[in-house]
Amino acid sequence: MKNVDVQDIINRFDNDKALLLPFLLAVQDAHPQKYLSEKAVNEIAQTMKISRSRVYSTASFYSEISLKPRGIHLVRVCANSPCENAGKALLLTAIEQELGITVGQTTLDGLFTLESVSCLGACYMSPAMKIDDEIYGYLTPGEVVSIIQKLRKEYRNEQIA
Amino acid sequence: MSKSPKNDLIFNIDFDEYLDLEQYRERGGYSALAKALAHDPKISIREIVDSGLRGRGGAAFPTGKKIEMLRNNSETVRYIICNADEGEPGTFKDRFIMTHIPFQLLEGLTIAAYLAGASKGYIYVRHEYPEAQRILRSGIQAAIEAGLLGKNILGSEFNLSLELFSGAGSYLCGEETALLSSIEGKKGRPRLKPPYPTQAGLWGKPTLINNVETLANIPKIIDKGASWYRQIGTVDSPGTKLISLSGDVKNRGLLEVPFGVTFAQIVNEYGGGPPIGKTIKAVNIGGASGVHVPPEMLNTALEYKACAQAGITIGSGAIFVLDNTRSILTNVQNRVRFFLHESCGKCTPCREGLRQANNIIDKLLRGEAGVKDVDTLERYTRAIVNASFCGLGQAAGNSLSSSLTYYREEYLAYCRENRELNSKEETA
Ligand SMILES: Cc1cc2nc3c(=O)[nH]c(=O)nc-3n(C[C@H](O)[C@H](O)[C@H](O)COP(=O)(O)O)c2cc1C
Ligand code: SF4
Ligand code: FES
Repeated sequence: MKNVDVQDIINRFDNDKALLLPFLLAVQDAHPQKYLSEKAVNEIAQTMKISRSRVYSTASFYSEISLKPRGIHLVRVCANSPCENAGKALLLTAIEQELGITVGQTTLDGLFTLESVSCLGACYMSPAMKIDDEIYGYLTPGEVVSIIQKLRKEYRNEQIA
Repeated sequence: MSKSPKNDLIFNIDFDEYLDLEQYRERGGYSALAKALAHDPKISIREIVDSGLRGRGGAAFPTGKKIEMLRNNSETVRYIICNADEGEPGTFKDRFIMTHIPFQLLEGLTIAAYLAGASKGYIYVRHEYPEAQRILRSGIQAAIEAGLLGKNILGSEFNLSLELFSGAGSYLCGEETALLSSIEGKKGRPRLKPPYPTQAGLWGKPTLINNVETLANIPKIIDKGASWYRQIGTVDSPGTKLISLSGDVKNRGLLEVPFGVTFAQIVNEYGGGPPIGKTIKAVNIGGASGVHVPPEMLNTALEYKACAQAGITIGSGAIFVLDNTRSILTNVQNRVRFFLHESCGKCTPCREGLRQANNIIDKLLRGEAGVKDVDTLERYTRAIVNASFCGLGQAAGNSLSSSLTYYREEYLAYCRENRELNSKEETA
Protein backbone atom coordinates (compact mmCIF):
# COMPACT_ATOMS: atom_id res chain seq x y z
CA MET A 1 0.00 0.00 0.00
CA LYS A 2 1.37 3.38 -0.90
CA ASN A 3 2.56 5.58 1.90
CA VAL A 4 1.16 8.98 2.59
CA ASP A 5 3.78 11.67 2.14
CA VAL A 6 3.00 13.96 5.04
CA GLN A 7 5.78 16.41 4.19
CA ASP A 8 4.55 16.71 0.64
CA ILE A 9 1.06 17.49 1.87
CA ILE A 10 2.19 20.18 4.27
CA ASN A 11 4.23 21.78 1.53
CA ARG A 12 1.01 22.38 -0.33
CA PHE A 13 -0.19 24.64 2.48
CA ASP A 14 1.21 28.12 2.13
CA ASN A 15 -0.51 29.65 5.11
CA ASP A 16 1.06 32.31 7.23
CA LYS A 17 -0.20 30.29 10.17
CA ALA A 18 0.03 26.52 9.99
CA LEU A 19 -3.52 25.27 10.27
CA LEU A 20 -3.85 21.85 11.85
CA LEU A 21 -7.36 20.82 10.86
CA PRO A 22 -7.04 21.16 7.05
CA PHE A 23 -3.77 19.31 7.33
CA LEU A 24 -5.37 16.41 9.22
CA LEU A 25 -8.17 16.20 6.65
CA ALA A 26 -5.71 16.28 3.75
CA VAL A 27 -3.58 13.51 5.23
CA GLN A 28 -6.69 11.43 5.90
CA ASP A 29 -7.96 12.00 2.34
CA ALA A 30 -4.63 10.90 0.93
CA HIS A 31 -4.71 7.61 2.80
CA PRO A 32 -6.30 4.77 0.82
CA GLN A 33 -8.11 3.68 3.97
CA LYS A 34 -9.28 7.23 4.72
CA TYR A 35 -7.97 7.46 8.25
CA LEU A 36 -5.13 8.88 10.30
CA SER A 37 -2.70 6.09 11.04
CA GLU A 38 -0.43 6.16 14.07
CA LYS A 39 2.47 6.71 11.71
CA ALA A 40 0.74 9.68 10.10
CA VAL A 41 -0.02 11.19 13.52
CA ASN A 42 3.66 10.89 14.47
CA GLU A 43 4.76 12.53 11.25
CA ILE A 44 2.22 15.31 11.56
CA ALA A 45 3.42 16.01 15.11
CA GLN A 46 7.05 16.12 13.94
CA THR A 47 6.36 18.22 10.87
CA MET A 48 4.28 20.76 12.76
CA LYS A 49 6.52 20.66 15.84
CA ILE A 50 3.65 19.95 18.20
CA SER A 51 3.08 17.05 20.59
CA ARG A 52 1.45 13.81 19.48
CA SER A 53 -1.15 14.20 22.19
CA ARG A 54 -2.13 17.58 20.77
CA VAL A 55 -2.65 15.95 17.35
CA TYR A 56 -4.69 13.13 18.89
CA SER A 57 -6.73 15.47 21.01
CA THR A 58 -7.76 17.56 18.00
CA ALA A 59 -8.24 14.57 15.70
CA SER A 60 -10.41 12.62 18.11
CA PHE A 61 -12.73 15.57 18.71
CA TYR A 62 -14.07 15.56 15.14
CA SER A 63 -16.56 13.00 13.79
CA GLU A 64 -15.25 13.32 10.24
CA ILE A 65 -11.76 12.23 11.24
CA SER A 66 -11.17 8.53 11.77
CA LEU A 67 -8.38 6.93 13.74
CA LYS A 68 -9.45 3.52 12.45
CA PRO A 69 -8.94 2.22 8.90
CA ARG A 70 -12.06 2.52 6.78
CA GLY A 71 -13.38 0.98 3.60
CA ILE A 72 -13.11 2.27 0.04
CA HIS A 73 -16.72 3.48 0.17
CA LEU A 74 -18.12 5.30 3.17
CA VAL A 75 -21.82 4.67 3.52
CA ARG A 76 -23.35 7.13 5.92
CA VAL A 77 -26.98 7.16 6.89
CA CYS A 78 -28.52 10.31 8.33
CA ALA A 79 -29.68 9.82 11.91
CA ASN A 80 -31.69 12.96 12.65
CA SER A 81 -35.45 13.30 13.17
CA PRO A 82 -36.62 14.21 9.64
CA CYS A 83 -34.84 11.13 8.29
CA GLU A 84 -35.80 8.97 11.25
CA ASN A 85 -39.46 9.77 10.73
CA ALA A 86 -39.12 9.01 7.03
CA GLY A 87 -37.90 5.46 7.59
CA LYS A 88 -34.21 5.59 8.43
CA ALA A 89 -34.39 2.43 10.56
CA LEU A 90 -35.60 0.35 7.60
CA LEU A 91 -32.80 1.70 5.42
CA LEU A 92 -30.23 0.88 8.01
CA THR A 93 -31.50 -2.67 8.48
CA ALA A 94 -31.44 -3.25 4.73
CA ILE A 95 -27.87 -1.95 4.47
CA GLU A 96 -26.72 -3.92 7.50
CA GLN A 97 -28.13 -7.09 6.03
CA GLU A 98 -26.68 -6.45 2.59
CA LEU A 99 -23.22 -5.71 3.99
CA GLY A 100 -23.26 -8.10 6.95
CA ILE A 101 -21.98 -5.39 9.31
CA THR A 102 -23.42 -2.88 11.77
CA VAL A 103 -22.81 0.86 12.15
CA GLY A 104 -19.14 1.60 12.79
CA GLN A 105 -17.88 -1.55 11.08
CA THR A 106 -16.06 -2.24 7.82
CA THR A 107 -16.77 -5.20 5.54
CA LEU A 108 -14.11 -7.94 5.49
CA ASP A 109 -13.24 -7.18 1.87
CA GLY A 110 -12.48 -3.59 2.91
CA LEU A 111 -14.96 -2.22 0.42
CA PHE A 112 -17.57 -0.58 2.66
CA THR A 113 -17.67 1.17 6.01
CA LEU A 114 -21.07 1.93 7.49
CA GLU A 115 -21.46 5.04 9.59
CA SER A 116 -24.23 7.13 10.98
CA VAL A 117 -24.08 10.85 10.23
CA SER A 118 -25.80 14.04 11.34
CA CYS A 119 -28.23 15.89 9.05
CA LEU A 120 -26.92 16.09 5.49
CA GLY A 121 -29.03 19.12 4.62
CA ALA A 122 -31.18 16.86 2.48
CA CYS A 123 -34.18 16.61 4.79
CA TYR A 124 -36.60 17.66 2.02
CA MET A 125 -35.74 14.33 0.40
CA SER A 126 -35.49 12.20 3.51
CA PRO A 127 -34.58 9.53 4.26
CA ALA A 128 -31.17 10.47 3.00
CA MET A 129 -27.71 8.98 2.98
CA LYS A 130 -24.32 9.84 1.64
CA ILE A 131 -21.89 7.51 -0.06
CA ASP A 132 -18.49 9.13 -0.37
CA ASP A 133 -19.23 12.60 -1.74
CA GLU A 134 -22.64 11.87 -3.16
CA ILE A 135 -25.96 12.46 -1.41
CA TYR A 136 -28.93 10.19 -2.12
CA GLY A 137 -32.50 11.04 -1.11
CA TYR A 138 -36.09 9.76 -1.23
CA LEU A 139 -34.64 6.31 -0.50
CA THR A 140 -36.36 2.97 -0.07
CA PRO A 141 -34.67 -0.13 1.39
CA GLY A 142 -34.73 -1.72 -2.08
CA GLU A 143 -32.95 1.25 -3.61
CA VAL A 144 -30.12 1.36 -1.10
CA VAL A 145 -29.46 -2.32 -1.66
CA SER A 146 -29.22 -1.85 -5.42
CA ILE A 147 -26.94 1.20 -5.02
CA ILE A 148 -24.60 -0.89 -2.88
CA GLN A 149 -24.72 -3.83 -5.30
CA LYS A 150 -23.90 -1.50 -8.16
CA LEU A 151 -20.83 -0.14 -6.35
CA ARG A 152 -19.70 -3.66 -5.54
CA LYS A 153 -20.04 -4.68 -9.17
CA GLU A 154 -18.14 -1.61 -10.36
CA TYR A 155 -15.33 -2.44 -7.99
CA ARG A 156 -15.14 -6.07 -9.20
CA ASN A 157 -15.09 -4.92 -12.82
CA GLU A 158 -12.26 -2.52 -12.05
CA GLN A 159 -10.30 -5.32 -10.40
CA ILE A 160 -10.69 -7.52 -13.48
CA ALA A 161 -9.84 -4.75 -15.92
CA MET B 1 -52.12 34.57 0.31
CA SER B 2 -50.48 35.85 -2.80
CA LYS B 3 -46.93 34.74 -3.18
CA SER B 4 -44.64 37.66 -3.86
CA PRO B 5 -43.73 37.90 -7.52
CA LYS B 6 -40.34 36.57 -8.51
CA ASN B 7 -37.32 38.78 -7.99
CA ASP B 8 -39.15 40.75 -5.38
CA LEU B 9 -37.37 39.12 -2.51
CA ILE B 10 -33.73 38.86 -1.49
CA PHE B 11 -32.60 35.50 -2.77
CA ASN B 12 -35.17 34.36 -5.34
CA ILE B 13 -33.41 31.02 -5.52
CA ASP B 14 -34.39 29.09 -8.57
CA PHE B 15 -33.96 25.41 -7.88
CA ASP B 16 -32.92 24.44 -11.38
CA GLU B 17 -30.35 27.11 -11.75
CA TYR B 18 -26.77 27.67 -10.72
CA LEU B 19 -25.71 31.26 -11.24
CA ASP B 20 -22.11 31.48 -12.41
CA LEU B 21 -20.15 34.71 -12.18
CA GLU B 22 -21.09 35.89 -15.64
CA GLN B 23 -24.81 35.27 -15.14
CA TYR B 24 -24.67 36.86 -11.73
CA ARG B 25 -23.07 40.01 -13.13
CA GLU B 26 -25.52 40.13 -16.04
CA ARG B 27 -28.26 40.36 -13.44
CA GLY B 28 -26.63 43.26 -11.68
CA GLY B 29 -24.35 41.27 -9.43
CA TYR B 30 -21.30 43.07 -7.99
CA SER B 31 -22.80 46.51 -8.62
CA ALA B 32 -23.33 46.73 -4.86
CA LEU B 33 -19.64 46.08 -4.22
CA ALA B 34 -18.70 48.79 -6.73
CA LYS B 35 -21.10 51.16 -5.01
CA ALA B 36 -19.75 50.38 -1.55
CA LEU B 37 -16.13 50.80 -2.67
CA ALA B 38 -16.95 54.20 -4.16
CA HIS B 39 -18.21 55.57 -0.85
CA ASP B 40 -17.09 56.08 2.70
CA PRO B 41 -17.74 52.80 4.54
CA LYS B 42 -19.76 54.78 7.11
CA ILE B 43 -22.47 55.41 4.52
CA SER B 44 -22.92 51.73 3.69
CA ILE B 45 -22.77 50.70 7.34
CA ARG B 46 -25.56 53.23 8.03
CA GLU B 47 -27.58 51.61 5.26
CA ILE B 48 -27.19 48.16 6.83
CA VAL B 49 -28.04 49.50 10.30
CA ASP B 50 -31.14 51.22 8.88
CA SER B 51 -32.22 48.11 7.00
CA GLY B 52 -32.77 46.37 10.33
CA LEU B 53 -30.93 43.24 9.13
CA ARG B 54 -30.33 40.80 11.96
CA GLY B 55 -28.15 37.72 12.04
CA ARG B 56 -29.74 34.67 10.47
CA GLY B 57 -27.48 32.16 12.24
CA GLY B 58 -29.75 31.92 15.27
CA ALA B 59 -28.87 34.72 17.67
CA ALA B 60 -30.45 37.53 15.58
CA PHE B 61 -27.86 40.14 16.53
CA PRO B 62 -28.17 43.41 14.51
CA THR B 63 -25.68 42.99 11.66
CA GLY B 64 -24.95 46.67 11.05
CA LYS B 65 -24.09 47.16 14.68
CA LYS B 66 -21.71 44.21 14.63
CA ILE B 67 -19.88 45.61 11.60
CA GLU B 68 -19.69 49.01 13.31
CA MET B 69 -18.11 47.42 16.39
CA LEU B 70 -15.30 46.10 14.23
CA ARG B 71 -14.93 49.33 12.35
CA ASN B 72 -14.49 51.21 15.62
CA ASN B 73 -11.83 48.85 16.96
CA SER B 74 -8.38 50.42 17.12
CA GLU B 75 -6.67 47.13 16.16
CA THR B 76 -6.11 47.18 12.41
CA VAL B 77 -5.52 43.45 11.85
CA ARG B 78 -9.08 42.16 11.57
CA TYR B 79 -10.68 39.04 10.22
CA ILE B 80 -13.98 38.12 8.65
CA ILE B 81 -15.47 34.66 8.92
CA CYS B 82 -18.51 33.36 7.16
CA ASN B 83 -20.20 30.73 9.28
CA ALA B 84 -21.26 28.03 6.83
CA ASP B 85 -21.19 25.19 9.33
CA GLU B 86 -24.97 24.68 9.00
CA GLY B 87 -25.18 21.83 11.47
CA GLU B 88 -28.68 22.41 12.79
CA PRO B 89 -30.60 19.24 11.90
CA GLY B 90 -33.44 20.01 9.52
CA THR B 91 -31.69 23.01 7.96
CA PHE B 92 -30.52 23.25 4.38
CA LYS B 93 -30.88 26.92 3.46
CA ASP B 94 -27.19 27.86 3.57
CA ARG B 95 -26.40 24.87 1.43
CA PHE B 96 -28.78 26.19 -1.26
CA ILE B 97 -27.24 29.66 -1.15
CA MET B 98 -23.77 28.15 -1.60
CA THR B 99 -24.72 25.76 -4.40
CA HIS B 100 -27.13 28.04 -6.29
CA ILE B 101 -26.15 31.67 -5.75
CA PRO B 102 -22.57 31.45 -4.45
CA PHE B 103 -21.58 34.85 -5.83
CA GLN B 104 -24.31 36.64 -3.91
CA LEU B 105 -22.65 35.25 -0.78
CA LEU B 106 -19.13 36.11 -1.97
CA GLU B 107 -20.21 39.66 -2.88
CA GLY B 108 -21.92 40.14 0.48
CA LEU B 109 -18.89 38.82 2.31
CA THR B 110 -16.55 41.09 0.36
CA ILE B 111 -18.69 44.14 1.11
CA ALA B 112 -18.87 43.23 4.81
CA ALA B 113 -15.09 42.77 4.91
CA TYR B 114 -14.56 46.17 3.31
CA LEU B 115 -16.92 47.86 5.75
CA ALA B 116 -15.38 46.11 8.75
CA GLY B 117 -11.85 46.76 7.51
CA ALA B 118 -10.89 43.09 7.35
CA SER B 119 -8.39 41.96 4.76
CA LYS B 120 -8.26 38.26 5.54
CA GLY B 121 -11.23 35.93 5.66
CA TYR B 122 -12.40 32.36 5.90
CA ILE B 123 -15.57 30.60 4.90
CA TYR B 124 -15.99 27.78 7.39
CA VAL B 125 -17.99 25.12 5.52
CA ARG B 126 -18.98 21.85 7.12
CA HIS B 127 -17.22 18.77 5.81
CA GLU B 128 -20.54 17.07 5.06
CA TYR B 129 -21.08 19.57 2.19
CA PRO B 130 -18.40 18.62 -0.37
CA GLU B 131 -20.44 20.01 -3.26
CA ALA B 132 -20.80 23.42 -1.61
CA GLN B 133 -17.05 23.38 -0.88
CA ARG B 134 -16.21 22.64 -4.51
CA ILE B 135 -18.50 25.36 -5.82
CA LEU B 136 -17.16 27.96 -3.40
CA ARG B 137 -13.52 27.06 -4.09
CA SER B 138 -14.01 27.56 -7.80
CA GLY B 139 -16.14 30.65 -7.10
CA ILE B 140 -13.34 32.21 -5.07
CA GLN B 141 -10.91 31.45 -7.90
CA ALA B 142 -13.23 32.98 -10.51
CA ALA B 143 -13.70 36.09 -8.37
CA ILE B 144 -9.94 36.50 -7.96
CA GLU B 145 -9.42 36.22 -11.72
CA ALA B 146 -12.11 38.83 -12.30
CA GLY B 147 -10.51 41.25 -9.82
CA LEU B 148 -13.38 40.86 -7.36
CA LEU B 149 -11.25 39.30 -4.65
CA GLY B 150 -7.57 39.38 -3.79
CA LYS B 151 -5.47 42.51 -4.35
CA ASN B 152 -6.91 45.91 -5.34
CA ILE B 153 -10.48 44.77 -5.68
CA LEU B 154 -12.22 46.53 -8.63
CA GLY B 155 -9.20 48.79 -8.90
CA SER B 156 -9.56 50.11 -5.35
CA GLU B 157 -7.05 50.03 -2.52
CA PHE B 158 -9.03 47.28 -0.85
CA ASN B 159 -7.52 43.78 -0.56
CA LEU B 160 -9.23 40.67 0.69
CA SER B 161 -7.63 37.27 0.79
CA LEU B 162 -10.33 34.66 1.24
CA GLU B 163 -9.95 30.96 1.93
CA LEU B 164 -12.31 28.09 2.33
CA PHE B 165 -11.88 26.25 5.60
CA SER B 166 -13.46 22.85 6.00
CA GLY B 167 -15.05 21.77 9.24
CA ALA B 168 -14.68 18.16 10.31
CA GLY B 169 -18.02 17.03 11.64
CA SER B 170 -18.76 18.90 14.81
CA TYR B 171 -22.09 20.63 15.35
CA LEU B 172 -20.59 22.60 18.22
CA CYS B 173 -18.11 24.27 15.83
CA GLY B 174 -21.04 26.30 14.49
CA GLU B 175 -20.94 28.19 17.78
CA GLU B 176 -18.79 31.17 16.96
CA THR B 177 -16.09 30.82 19.63
CA ALA B 178 -15.82 27.05 19.11
CA LEU B 179 -15.43 27.83 15.41
CA LEU B 180 -12.49 30.09 16.20
CA SER B 181 -10.82 27.34 18.24
CA SER B 182 -11.40 24.96 15.37
CA ILE B 183 -9.64 27.22 12.84
CA GLU B 184 -6.83 27.68 15.33
CA GLY B 185 -6.30 23.92 15.25
CA LYS B 186 -7.74 23.06 18.62
CA LYS B 187 -10.70 21.03 19.76
CA GLY B 188 -13.80 22.95 18.82
CA ARG B 189 -14.78 23.93 22.34
CA PRO B 190 -16.56 27.18 23.16
CA ARG B 191 -14.83 30.01 24.99
CA LEU B 192 -16.10 32.29 27.68
CA LYS B 193 -17.80 35.47 26.35
CA PRO B 194 -16.87 38.31 26.77
CA PRO B 195 -14.54 38.95 25.11
CA TYR B 196 -16.74 38.65 22.06
CA PRO B 197 -15.18 37.77 18.71
CA THR B 198 -15.69 41.39 17.62
CA GLN B 199 -13.20 42.33 20.36
CA ALA B 200 -10.86 39.34 20.47
CA GLY B 201 -11.59 36.71 17.86
CA LEU B 202 -9.32 34.72 15.59
CA TRP B 203 -5.80 34.67 17.04
CA GLY B 204 -6.97 37.33 19.45
CA LYS B 205 -7.82 39.83 16.71
CA PRO B 206 -11.21 41.49 16.15
CA THR B 207 -13.30 39.20 13.97
CA LEU B 208 -16.61 39.62 12.20
CA ILE B 209 -18.52 36.33 12.15
CA ASN B 210 -21.70 36.14 10.14
CA ASN B 211 -23.97 33.45 8.84
CA VAL B 212 -24.23 32.68 5.11
CA GLU B 213 -27.79 33.98 4.79
CA THR B 214 -26.94 37.17 6.69
CA LEU B 215 -24.05 38.02 4.36
CA ALA B 216 -26.03 37.15 1.24
CA ASN B 217 -28.61 39.81 2.22
CA ILE B 218 -26.02 42.59 2.08
CA PRO B 219 -25.65 43.13 -1.70
CA LYS B 220 -29.41 43.76 -1.99
CA ILE B 221 -29.37 46.25 0.89
CA ILE B 222 -26.44 48.20 -0.55
CA ASP B 223 -27.76 48.03 -4.09
CA LYS B 224 -31.37 48.99 -3.45
CA GLY B 225 -31.13 50.79 -0.13
CA ALA B 226 -32.53 50.33 3.34
CA SER B 227 -35.92 51.83 2.54
CA TRP B 228 -36.45 49.37 -0.32
CA TYR B 229 -35.43 46.55 2.00
CA ARG B 230 -37.82 47.70 4.70
CA GLN B 231 -40.77 47.38 2.33
CA ILE B 232 -40.35 43.64 2.68
CA GLY B 233 -41.34 41.99 5.95
CA THR B 234 -42.55 43.89 8.99
CA VAL B 235 -41.46 46.93 10.99
CA ASP B 236 -40.03 44.68 13.70
CA SER B 237 -38.42 42.20 11.32
CA PRO B 238 -37.64 43.59 7.88
CA GLY B 239 -36.65 41.39 4.97
CA THR B 240 -37.20 37.72 4.28
CA LYS B 241 -36.34 34.44 5.91
CA LEU B 242 -35.28 31.26 4.21
CA ILE B 243 -37.26 28.37 5.59
CA SER B 244 -36.16 24.73 5.40
CA LEU B 245 -39.46 22.85 5.43
CA SER B 246 -39.47 19.11 6.07
CA GLY B 247 -41.52 16.34 7.62
CA ASP B 248 -45.19 15.58 7.18
CA VAL B 249 -46.27 18.16 4.61
CA LYS B 250 -47.05 17.72 0.94
CA ASN B 251 -44.40 20.14 -0.34
CA ARG B 252 -41.10 19.90 1.42
CA GLY B 253 -38.20 22.11 0.47
CA LEU B 254 -36.66 25.55 0.65
CA LEU B 255 -38.90 28.62 0.80
CA GLU B 256 -38.22 32.30 0.98
CA VAL B 257 -40.94 34.12 2.88
CA PRO B 258 -41.25 37.73 3.97
CA PHE B 259 -41.22 38.12 7.75
CA GLY B 260 -44.73 38.49 9.10
CA VAL B 261 -46.33 35.44 7.48
CA THR B 262 -47.72 33.03 10.04
CA PHE B 263 -46.39 29.54 10.64
CA ALA B 264 -49.84 28.27 9.63
CA GLN B 265 -49.37 29.93 6.23
CA ILE B 266 -45.93 28.38 5.85
CA VAL B 267 -47.17 24.90 6.72
CA ASN B 268 -50.52 24.98 4.94
CA GLU B 269 -50.14 27.36 2.01
CA TYR B 270 -46.49 26.94 1.06
CA GLY B 271 -46.24 23.41 2.43
CA GLY B 272 -49.64 22.24 1.22
CA GLY B 273 -50.63 20.99 4.68
CA PRO B 274 -50.29 17.49 6.10
CA PRO B 275 -50.63 14.38 3.92
CA ILE B 276 -54.20 13.37 3.01
CA GLY B 277 -56.05 11.81 5.89
CA LYS B 278 -53.60 13.10 8.51
CA THR B 279 -53.66 16.06 10.85
CA ILE B 280 -50.85 18.02 12.39
CA LYS B 281 -49.80 17.03 15.87
CA ALA B 282 -46.80 19.26 16.39
CA VAL B 283 -44.49 21.56 14.53
CA ASN B 284 -40.86 21.74 15.43
CA ILE B 285 -39.51 25.24 14.79
CA GLY B 286 -35.79 26.06 14.83
CA GLY B 287 -34.32 22.62 14.23
CA ALA B 288 -33.06 20.28 16.94
CA SER B 289 -32.36 23.40 19.05
CA GLY B 290 -35.92 24.55 18.62
CA VAL B 291 -39.27 23.97 20.23
CA HIS B 292 -42.21 21.66 19.59
CA VAL B 293 -45.44 23.61 19.40
CA PRO B 294 -49.06 22.50 18.95
CA PRO B 295 -51.11 23.53 15.88
CA GLU B 296 -53.00 26.18 17.90
CA MET B 297 -49.79 28.20 18.10
CA LEU B 298 -49.23 28.30 14.36
CA ASN B 299 -51.12 31.56 14.04
CA THR B 300 -48.07 33.28 15.48
CA ALA B 301 -46.30 35.48 12.94
CA LEU B 302 -42.77 34.68 11.86
CA GLU B 303 -41.29 37.78 13.45
CA TYR B 304 -38.59 38.11 16.08
CA LYS B 305 -40.71 39.91 18.68
CA ALA B 306 -43.90 37.91 18.22
CA CYS B 307 -41.95 34.65 18.37
CA ALA B 308 -40.00 35.65 21.46
CA GLN B 309 -43.29 36.49 23.19
CA ALA B 310 -44.77 33.13 22.22
CA GLY B 311 -41.65 31.25 23.27
CA ILE B 312 -40.88 30.21 19.70
CA THR B 313 -37.29 30.00 18.52
CA ILE B 314 -36.89 31.01 14.88
CA GLY B 315 -33.30 29.78 15.00
CA SER B 316 -32.03 28.73 11.61
CA GLY B 317 -35.55 28.74 10.15
CA ALA B 318 -35.97 24.99 10.07
CA ILE B 319 -39.60 23.89 10.27
CA PHE B 320 -40.35 20.22 10.70
CA VAL B 321 -43.92 18.94 10.80
CA LEU B 322 -45.14 15.93 12.76
CA ASP B 323 -48.51 14.42 11.90
CA ASN B 324 -50.92 12.71 14.28
CA THR B 325 -49.27 9.30 13.84
CA ARG B 326 -45.90 10.47 15.23
CA SER B 327 -44.62 9.95 18.74
CA ILE B 328 -43.48 13.10 20.52
CA LEU B 329 -41.26 11.07 22.83
CA THR B 330 -39.23 9.32 20.15
CA ASN B 331 -38.80 12.62 18.30
CA VAL B 332 -37.61 14.41 21.40
CA GLN B 333 -35.33 11.50 22.23
CA ASN B 334 -33.77 11.71 18.79
CA ARG B 335 -32.78 15.29 19.59
CA VAL B 336 -31.54 14.46 23.06
CA ARG B 337 -29.29 11.79 21.55
CA PHE B 338 -28.08 14.21 18.91
CA PHE B 339 -27.02 16.73 21.54
CA LEU B 340 -25.52 14.04 23.71
CA HIS B 341 -23.38 13.01 20.76
CA GLU B 342 -22.40 16.60 19.98
CA SER B 343 -21.82 17.75 23.56
CA CYS B 344 -18.15 18.50 24.21
CA GLY B 345 -18.52 17.17 27.75
CA LYS B 346 -16.95 20.22 29.37
CA CYS B 347 -19.80 20.92 31.76
CA THR B 348 -21.95 18.60 33.86
CA PRO B 349 -25.49 19.90 33.26
CA CYS B 350 -25.13 19.35 29.52
CA ARG B 351 -23.20 16.09 29.59
CA GLU B 352 -24.89 14.35 32.54
CA GLY B 353 -28.27 16.05 32.22
CA LEU B 354 -28.66 14.88 28.63
CA ARG B 355 -27.52 11.38 29.52
CA GLN B 356 -30.10 11.18 32.29
CA ALA B 357 -32.82 12.67 30.08
CA ASN B 358 -32.09 10.00 27.47
CA ASN B 359 -32.28 7.27 30.15
CA ILE B 360 -35.60 8.52 31.46
CA ILE B 361 -37.15 8.67 27.99
CA ASP B 362 -35.87 5.14 27.38
CA LYS B 363 -37.48 4.02 30.60
CA LEU B 364 -40.75 5.73 29.66
CA LEU B 365 -40.79 4.12 26.22
CA ARG B 366 -40.19 0.70 27.79
CA GLY B 367 -43.15 1.30 30.09
CA GLU B 368 -40.99 1.11 33.20
CA ALA B 369 -41.21 4.72 34.35
CA GLY B 370 -43.65 6.41 36.66
CA VAL B 371 -45.05 9.93 37.06
CA LYS B 372 -42.17 10.75 39.38
CA ASP B 373 -39.73 10.16 36.52
CA VAL B 374 -41.50 12.77 34.43
CA ASP B 375 -41.01 15.23 37.28
CA THR B 376 -37.34 14.27 37.42
CA LEU B 377 -37.08 14.79 33.66
CA GLU B 378 -38.48 18.28 34.14
CA ARG B 379 -35.91 19.02 36.82
CA TYR B 380 -33.06 17.85 34.61
CA THR B 381 -34.43 19.90 31.75
CA ARG B 382 -34.35 23.06 33.86
CA ALA B 383 -30.76 22.32 34.87
CA ILE B 384 -29.74 21.72 31.25
CA VAL B 385 -31.35 24.97 30.08
CA ASN B 386 -30.19 27.15 32.97
CA ALA B 387 -26.78 25.85 33.96
CA SER B 388 -25.08 24.83 30.68
CA PHE B 389 -21.98 26.78 29.73
CA CYS B 390 -22.76 27.37 26.06
CA GLY B 391 -25.62 27.68 23.62
CA LEU B 392 -25.56 23.98 22.77
CA GLY B 393 -26.67 22.91 26.23
CA GLN B 394 -28.99 25.87 26.64
CA ALA B 395 -30.77 25.04 23.39
CA ALA B 396 -30.72 21.29 23.96
CA GLY B 397 -33.39 21.75 26.60
CA ASN B 398 -35.82 23.54 24.23
CA SER B 399 -37.50 20.54 22.70
CA LEU B 400 -37.60 18.82 26.09
CA SER B 401 -39.17 21.74 27.90
CA SER B 402 -41.63 22.68 25.15
CA SER B 403 -42.77 19.10 24.72
CA LEU B 404 -43.15 18.72 28.47
CA THR B 405 -45.32 21.83 28.44
CA TYR B 406 -47.53 21.09 25.45
CA TYR B 407 -47.49 17.29 25.34
CA ARG B 408 -47.25 16.41 28.99
CA GLU B 409 -50.18 14.01 28.70
CA GLU B 410 -48.22 12.03 26.13
CA TYR B 411 -45.34 11.59 28.59
CA LEU B 412 -47.82 10.69 31.30
CA ALA B 413 -49.57 8.14 29.10
CA TYR B 414 -46.38 6.08 29.13
CA CYS B 415 -46.21 6.08 32.92
CA ARG B 416 -46.76 2.92 34.90
CA GLU B 417 -49.65 4.40 36.89
CA ASN B 418 -51.62 5.40 33.80
CA ARG B 419 -50.90 2.20 31.93
CA GLU B 420 -52.27 0.18 34.85
CA LEU B 421 -55.31 2.42 34.89
CA ASN B 422 -55.84 1.99 31.17
CA SER B 423 -55.52 -1.78 31.27
CA LYS B 424 -57.98 -1.99 34.18
CA GLU B 425 -60.45 0.08 32.19
CA GLU B 426 -59.97 -2.18 29.21
CA THR B 427 -60.66 -5.37 31.16
CA ALA B 428 -63.58 -3.82 33.05
C1 LIG C 1 -24.30 25.08 19.30
C2 LIG C 1 -24.38 26.20 18.33
C3 LIG C 1 -24.29 25.95 16.97
C4 LIG C 1 -24.35 26.99 16.04
N1 LIG C 1 -24.29 26.67 14.72
C5 LIG C 1 -24.33 27.68 13.81
C6 LIG C 1 -24.23 27.39 12.42
O1 LIG C 1 -24.13 26.25 12.00
N2 LIG C 1 -24.27 28.44 11.56
C7 LIG C 1 -24.39 29.74 11.99
O2 LIG C 1 -24.40 30.65 11.18
N3 LIG C 1 -24.49 30.03 13.29
C8 LIG C 1 -24.46 29.04 14.21
N4 LIG C 1 -24.53 29.36 15.54
C9 LIG C 1 -24.61 30.79 15.93
C10 LIG C 1 -23.21 31.43 15.97
O3 LIG C 1 -22.66 31.25 17.27
C11 LIG C 1 -23.26 32.93 15.69
O4 LIG C 1 -24.23 33.51 16.50
C12 LIG C 1 -23.57 33.29 14.26
O5 LIG C 1 -22.73 32.61 13.38
C13 LIG C 1 -23.42 34.78 14.04
O6 LIG C 1 -23.78 35.13 12.73
P1 LIG C 1 -25.09 36.00 12.43
O7 LIG C 1 -25.03 37.20 13.32
O8 LIG C 1 -25.00 36.35 11.01
O9 LIG C 1 -26.26 35.14 12.76
C14 LIG C 1 -24.50 28.33 16.49
C15 LIG C 1 -24.60 28.58 17.86
C16 LIG C 1 -24.55 27.54 18.78
C17 LIG C 1 -24.66 27.86 20.23
S1 SF4 D 1 -23.03 23.19 27.26
FE1 SF4 D 1 -22.40 21.19 26.42
S2 SF4 D 1 -21.36 21.68 24.52
FE2 SF4 D 1 -21.49 23.60 25.69
S3 SF4 D 1 -19.58 23.69 26.84
FE3 SF4 D 1 -21.03 22.61 28.16
S4 SF4 D 1 -20.71 20.42 27.69
FE4 SF4 D 1 -19.76 21.58 26.05
S1 FES E 1 -32.32 15.10 8.83
FE1 FES E 1 -31.53 13.69 7.41
S2 FES E 1 -30.77 15.01 5.88
FE2 FES E 1 -31.50 16.40 7.36
